[in-house]
Amino acid sequence: MSTRELSFAQAIREALDEELSRDPDIMVLGEDVGAWGGVFRATEGLFDKYGAERIIDTPLSEEGFVGLAVGAAMTGMHPVVEIMFGDFITLVMDQLVNQAAKMRYMTGGQIKVPLTVRATMGGGRSSGAQHSQSWHSWFAHVPGLKVVVPSTPYDAKGLLKTALRDPNPVIFFEDKVMYAKIKGPVPEEEYTIPFGKADVKKEGSDVTLIALSRMIHPTLAAADLLEKEGIHAEVIDPRTLTPLDEETILKSVCKTGGAVVVDEGYNRFGVTAEIAALVAHGAFDYLDAPVERLGAMDVPIPFTPVLEFATIPDEEKIIAAVHRILDGRRR
Amino acid sequence: MNMETLSGSQDLVIESEMMVEMYRRMLLIRKFEEAVFDVYRRGWMPGLGHLSDGQEATAVGVCSALRQDDTITSTHRGHGHIIAKGGQVEKMMAEVMGKVTGYCRGKGGEMHIADVQLGVLGANGIVGGGIGIAAGSAFTARRDGKGRVSVAFFGDGAINQGIWYETANLAVLWKLPLIYVCENNQYTEFTNYKKLVSGEGLVARAQAMGMPGVEVDGNDVLAVYQAATELVERARRGEGPATLVCQTFRYGGHHVGEPGTKYRSKEEIEDWKRRDPIPAFEKILVNDGVLGPNDIETIHEEIEKRLAVAVETARQDPYPDVSEVNQHVYA
Repeated sequence: MSTRELSFAQAIREALDEELSRDPDIMVLGEDVGAWGGVFRATEGLFDKYGAERIIDTPLSEEGFVGLAVGAAMTGMHPVVEIMFGDFITLVMDQLVNQAAKMRYMTGGQIKVPLTVRATMGGGRSSGAQHSQSWHSWFAHVPGLKVVVPSTPYDAKGLLKTALRDPNPVIFFEDKVMYAKIKGPVPEEEYTIPFGKADVKKEGSDVTLIALSRMIHPTLAAADLLEKEGIHAEVIDPRTLTPLDEETILKSVCKTGGAVVVDEGYNRFGVTAEIAALVAHGAFDYLDAPVERLGAMDVPIPFTPVLEFATIPDEEKIIAAVHRILDGRRR
Repeated sequence: MNMETLSGSQDLVIESEMMVEMYRRMLLIRKFEEAVFDVYRRGWMPGLGHLSDGQEATAVGVCSALRQDDTITSTHRGHGHIIAKGGQVEKMMAEVMGKVTGYCRGKGGEMHIADVQLGVLGANGIVGGGIGIAAGSAFTARRDGKGRVSVAFFGDGAINQGIWYETANLAVLWKLPLIYVCENNQYTEFTNYKKLVSGEGLVARAQAMGMPGVEVDGNDVLAVYQAATELVERARRGEGPATLVCQTFRYGGHHVGEPGTKYRSKEEIEDWKRRDPIPAFEKILVNDGVLGPNDIETIHEEIEKRLAVAVETARQDPYPDVSEVNQHVYA
C-alpha cells in the first residue's frame, strides 16, 4: 500500500472530496466553507470542484443552518455541517439534542438522520475562553448521537468517511491545533475505519494511558520518555466516544494494573470521569492504584499562554501521573 | 363533477368532492380531540393531551392545498395537522395510549406523532422545533426539483423563537419552497400573544424578511385553503417561501385538565365559539347543495363510530415489550 504524508486538514479535505464524489446526496454547509475554503482550510478547493449547490456558504446563524441540515438529512440528503469553532455548538443544542438525536427513537424507527457535524475543539492558541473549548463529552452524554475524536490524519480520513456512510447523526471533533501541525502517513488507496474500535498506539505492560484527539501526541511523547526510565506504558486511543471500545480499554488495564486518562475536555463529569468509572467497575480487582484523571482544569480557558498551558495536560503532567500510580503500587 | 366556486373568491374553484373531504377531516379532528379528552378523563392514557379543537379549519385548509409528497412539521398541538394530512386516527389513538400499535410504537406519545409515508415529519414538543426540519425538507425539495413543498406549522408561541428568523433568512436567500403557517390561537400557553409580540406581528416581520406575509381568518376553511393554495403554488413554481398567519382559537386549555378559563374571559371564549369553523362550513355546504342535512348526520355517525372502535381497539392493543426500550436509538 503506497502512502504519503498529509496534514490533518488535508486528510479531512480528502475524505470530504472522495465522499462528495461517491454520494450525490452529500453536501457541505458552514461559514466560509465555500469560496474561502474554510478558516482552517479543511474545505479548500471543494467549492471549485462541486459548486455552490453542494458546498454552501451560510450566514452566521448556526441554529438555522444546523436545523435545516437536520431536516435535509431526514428527507434524504447527507449534510456535513462545519461548526467553525466548537464553542459555537452551544448555539445549536436544541437542533442536535432535541431534534437530531431523538427523531428516530421518538418516531419508533420511521426516521433516519444521516447528519455529520464537524466541530473544532482544543486550546493552546491564545484564542480565549470562547474559542478554545472542547465539548465532545456533552454529546457523548446524549443517546442517539455518535461522537468521533480522531488524533491523526489517517484516523481523521478513515473515520470521516465512515461518518459519511453512517445513517445516524455523528458529531466529529477536530482539534484545531492539529490541522496544520500534525502530519502523518495516509494511504493512496481508499479505506474506512469502523466506529467503536480503539487503536493501541503502543503496547506496554506497566500502565495504560488512554488519550484522545490531540492529547494522544503528548501522551505518546510521555510514553517514549517513560520508556527511557524503564517504564513500559501502553497507549490507547479510543478514537470514538460513542460507541466506546470498552473491551480494549479494560483488557489493557487488567494487564497493566494502572490507568491514566488524558483529555482536553474538562475533568468534572467528563471523558476522564466516564473512563475512570468504566475502569473502576470493569477492572476493579486488577487496579493497583486509583485511576489518574488528566482533563482540562475546571476553569474558563485563559488567554495568556502562561495561564492557558497551566489548564491543559502535557507530557510533564502525564509523566507525573504515571509516577503517582507506580509509587502507589510500590506502597 | 360538480364544481363549486370557492366562497369569497372569484378565481379559485373547488370540487364538491374535495369540499366534503375537507368537512370530514375537520369533523374527524373535532371528534378525535373529544375522544382524547374522554380517554384522558377516564385514565386510559399516560401523560397529557394537547388538543386543537377549535383550530380545525387552519389544519384542513392548509393541508388540502398539499400533495401527499409535500411534507409538514407540526407542533405539540399537532393532532389536527396529522389528521388533515391524512393520518389514521386508529394508529394515532393507539399512540396516545402508548400502545405498540401506535404510529411510533408508543415511544413518541401524543406530542410526537409522525407518519413519514404521508409526509408528516413529526409533531414536535419544542416550540418552533419543527421549523428547522421544515426548512431542511424544503432544501431537499428544491434540490429534487419535483415541485414538492414543505410546510412548517407553529403557534403564536414560536413567533419569537430565533429559529424562525434564522431559517426565514436562509429560505428567502435560497428561495426554498417553504410555507410558514402560524396558527395563532391567541394564547402562548397562558398569556395573550399581544403581550409577547412587539411591533405589528409576524406578517410584518415576514414582509421585512423579504417574503409574502398573509393573514387570514383561520376559522374560515375556504379562506385558509385559498390563501394556502396561492402560497403553495408560488413556492412550487420556485418563487420562494411565504408566511401565512391564521387567526384562530383553541377551545380547551393549554392541555387537558387545564380548562383555559382563568386567563381567558367567558365572553372571549363564547365570541370565538360563535365563529366555530365546523357549523360555519356546514352552512356553506348545505347552502351550496353539496350536502344535505341527512348527509351531515350520516357523516357524524360514521366518524363517531370509527372513533369508538379506534378507542376500544387501542385499549385492547398491547403495550410494547420492554425489550424494545433500547431499539430505534440508532439506525
